Amino acid sequence: MRNKQTMRGVFINGVLNENPIFRLVLGVCPTLAATTNATNGLGMGIAATFVLLGSNIVISLLRNFIPNKVRIPAYIVVISTFVTVVQMIIQAFVPSLYDALGIFIPLIVVNCIILARAEAFAGKNSVLHSAADGLGMGVGFTLALILIGIVRELVGNGSVFGLDILGPTFQPMLIAIMAPGGFIFFGLILGIVNSIVNKAGKRSAGKGVKA
Amino acid sequence: MMEFTLVNFLLFMVNCVLSNNFIFSRYLGCCPFLGVSSKVETAAGMGVAVTFVMGLASLMTYIVYYYVLVPLGLQYLDTISFILVIAALVQFVEMFLKKSVPALYRALGIYLPLITTNCAVLGVTLLNISDQYNMLWSVLNGVFGALGFLLAIVLMAGARERLESSNIPKAFKGFPISLVIAGLMSVAFLGFTGLVH
Repeated sequence: MRNKQTMRGVFINGVLNENPIFRLVLGVCPTLAATTNATNGLGMGIAATFVLLGSNIVISLLRNFIPNKVRIPAYIVVISTFVTVVQMIIQAFVPSLYDALGIFIPLIVVNCIILARAEAFAGKNSVLHSAADGLGMGVGFTLALILIGIVRELVGNGSVFGLDILGPTFQPMLIAIMAPGGFIFFGLILGIVNSIVNKAGKRSAGKGVKA
Repeated sequence: MMEFTLVNFLLFMVNCVLSNNFIFSRYLGCCPFLGVSSKVETAAGMGVAVTFVMGLASLMTYIVYYYVLVPLGLQYLDTISFILVIAALVQFVEMFLKKSVPALYRALGIYLPLITTNCAVLGVTLLNISDQYNMLWSVLNGVFGALGFLLAIVLMAGARERLESSNIPKAFKGFPISLVIAGLMSVAFLGFTGLVH
């Protein structure tokens, strides 16, 4: 089934058709917490991509050795090892990001996307396909985080990636970068993406895009 | 470190449940918050199960951190060891309930495996360490944090039960509208900020 898919197909599937944030709606907590600005979104995205790629490769390599009954704890150990590595790297080289994301870096361990991909894909597929899946899901996650981050930063601070865009006359809507803004803006963007997908799905009916 | 007095206790409770609510102001535990909140009954079951596990997990990880990791100088292994403690704990709780309290097991059973990947549980154990709470405050932080989660998920389920019969744009059905509602609730909870210093 999946083994017949091309590597490119697996990658594109992760970025678009099964985008972890907009299509599967997994990993909501880091999505909300890391998108107060575009830079944090990018940082969280890269960290999660690294973990996804590493854990998918290792779990795929070990898939014939891990007994079925203890597979979830085994997956979690692999994932948390990568998360600890990422945490140390960020702490050493990007301390500002480490302070901004705080507790959400170790919490990548319980990001549903990573365990879900381990369970649904890496535990059953070859190493290269799992790597493509991890990378695709990670890139899809990162792009979605950047999109939400750009919108929230623009509305809440008038800037994008720290560059002032809307000028000094713009009165920022602070709520966008506060806790409620995360929920509201994510909800609105998700709704807009859904309606775009629905329209595209109607135009090319039966192309395999599940609503 | 706060002294344990009645005033501190009450302030801490208000702080955890209302002003620093796990869902609405810290974004912890959003996956079950959105996933298991379609009915009030199941939401309450999930909330109770989380409360139970978060209190126990706070206690166990406190012991593991200060009596095993710190003496060995292995503090950097906190994430790995905590998630294993939580996974094992959830498994034990499940087995224990199945044997001794089958009625409770039937009520909570299906939620227990989900709790391992609830970021509120791992989150609270890591916060206990970074905020340097002692054992008592750690456990209270876990229990009250989870009560805040329980409050949030039950409120959400109540709102979503009513949504079923309302006319929502197709693209907004399900998650998008739930997120917007959560945002509006979060605005209300913002009003509790500053209640406790």
